[in-house]
Amino acid sequence: MPRVSFEHITKTYGHLTVLDDLNLAIEDGDFLVLLGPSGCGKTTLLNLLAGLLDVTDGRIVIGDRDVTDLDPKDRGLAMVFQSYALYPTKTVRGNLKFGLVSSKLPADEIERRVAWAAKLLQIEPLLDRKPAQLSGGQRQRVAIGRALVKNVGVFLFDEPLSNLDAKLRTEMRMEIKRLHDELNHTVVYVTHDQIEAMTMATKIAVMNAGVIQQFGTPDEIYERPANLFVAGFIGSPAMNLRKAKLSLANGRTEAIFGSGIRLDVSDYDFSARPEDGAEIIAGLRPEHFGTPDGSVEGAAGVFNVPVQYAERTGPDASAYFRFEDELLALRIDPAIASALAPGQAVSVGFLRGKANLFDARTGQRM
Amino acid sequence: MSELTVAQRAAGAEIAIDRAPYFPRRKKMITGRSIAVLVFLSICALFFAVPLYVVVVTSFKTMAQIREGAIFAPPSMWTLEAWDYAWNQACSGINCNGLKVGFWNSVAILFPSLVLSIALSMVTGYALALWNVRWAGPFLFLLFICAFVPFQIIMFPLISMTSTLKVYGSIWGVALVHSVLSMPVLTLIFRNYYKDVPQEILSAAIMDSGSFWRIFFEIIVPMSGNILIVILILQITSVWNDYLIGVTFGGFNAQPMTVNLANLITISTGTVAYNQNMAAALLTAIPPLVIYFLVGKLFVQGITAGAIKG
Repeated sequence: MPRVSFEHITKTYGHLTVLDDLNLAIEDGDFLVLLGPSGCGKTTLLNLLAGLLDVTDGRIVIGDRDVTDLDPKDRGLAMVFQSYALYPTKTVRGNLKFGLVSSKLPADEIERRVAWAAKLLQIEPLLDRKPAQLSGGQRQRVAIGRALVKNVGVFLFDEPLSNLDAKLRTEMRMEIKRLHDELNHTVVYVTHDQIEAMTMATKIAVMNAGVIQQFGTPDEIYERPANLFVAGFIGSPAMNLRKAKLSLANGRTEAIFGSGIRLDVSDYDFSARPEDGAEIIAGLRPEHFGTPDGSVEGAAGVFNVPVQYAERTGPDASAYFRFEDELLALRIDPAIASALAPGQAVSVGFLRGKANLFDARTGQRM
Repeated sequence: MSELTVAQRAAGAEIAIDRAPYFPRRKKMITGRSIAVLVFLSICALFFAVPLYVVVVTSFKTMAQIREGAIFAPPSMWTLEAWDYAWNQACSGINCNGLKVGFWNSVAILFPSLVLSIALSMVTGYALALWNVRWAGPFLFLLFICAFVPFQIIMFPLISMTSTLKVYGSIWGVALVHSVLSMPVLTLIFRNYYKDVPQEILSAAIMDSGSFWRIFFEIIVPMSGNILIVILILQITSVWNDYLIGVTFGGFNAQPMTVNLANLITISTGTVAYNQNMAAALLTAIPPLVIYFLVGKLFVQGITAGAIKG
């Protein structure tokens, strides 16, 4: 299972530069998720790898082959498309076979692979149906099967689950994860859905405006976002990002918010020596607060804030408080959320060692 | 209204509702306006139907009855004589072998020109719509312009070109001119139709096979049923009904049926044999009609059904 690397990739359309000097390497057997908002260049990057678009500058290497100038079919890839893109006039079997017949494989080998993929994806009873006679989830399975039978090392997925309903999406997510665990292919998966990214990926590359903002494991991305974009993009409700000033006094490092509330960040792992009075942005995850009006042992800071509203999202609830004219989101227990009345002032503590600090000027993690 | 006891209620009884909610809508009635519309439509229908009726009944009459002058009267004696004469004996110029000569010429012109024009324009349309063709935009514009050039303007150059190719005056010459002249419009139609094929299907096919022809024959042609039927009707009708190209490029040996018909009718000696003329006109008009009814049945719904989301 090969390694895939992008080296100094540039892609321009006329005067519009979509990707500029992008570098990214995916290790053998990795499940890489390209995550980012619409128009961030993630699908472009995937299409460049697939060969459906030509790079303007740079090199793409799969395994030890430079594939930059190869035709899509010669790159040793298989791709699953967002809209499934099944051939409407062919049966499921015909869809699976088309690529194999084109590459002139012997008939018994083709039959063997089709049977193998159909068994793996549990689409054996559907083999003689046309795509129009299949449900959305079945079509998606066929699309995955069409990629599997090619028996290549690298799989590309272009937002494959975004057309499915929530329940099916969860099922297919697990299915794709299972296939990756079993077959251990290298996977490049494009999505804008952070849940998909967090659950399936072994590596995530968060992209924005054609630039890779952060590349790392899901844990790294979530726990140590590299900049304000990643911090704000990953997590739901989003991380609370508030302006503050650093204060170094009495051997303590504190972030002081506009309203005077202090947050002790003495144990923060600064990458460079912090300066007194530096303008920073503190990132506080909604789930790193204690319960409202409950005591938090050794809280890094305590916020006295009025309740704005609370909403239940199934197993847990989000409560929003008014803090410096903006909303402060907290993830709390639904039972407590239902007891909160709008306007009621509560105090919540923030857990020690959980804050993320960013330089207010550069937006980078400190 | 009677009250129910607790026991009755527990048993599921309810007070009967007097009547179901009733929201009557105004009935549609015949109004002055709808009568006017009906009358107008009937007149329109008659406008086309009456001449057709006259043509049909006249073709079954004997000349003796036609001379009486009652053109709306049904035939007093139904006869196929006129049809037989028109088919087997009618004269076109000095040849008196009937319309059947022209009929078979038309058939012989029709098939090569259909195959040639559809094959060419289908592939061109497919390439222009789905592949990155250099200068595709200007080429399309050129086609668009060509579609508007009247045939008469390029008639003389075409004649000298076909005679250089040694096909002037033959079935192949007429078929070739038909194919070339219909290329622009047919290509535009195919191109616009293929533009609606989802790009992802082509991307998938490119990753699977990458072969221009394999994708064309295995994926695209099977999806082209509907547009082929449209094109067939269009092309069969236009080739069959053509007169000008046939008379210009057919010479003496490759005159299509329409040219025969015109010669037969414009004959200037003797009395006008109305019944034969009508029968000949009907004989010429029947094939495209038959095609309409046969081919129209083949329309199917939903070319890309199931290929993509939805």
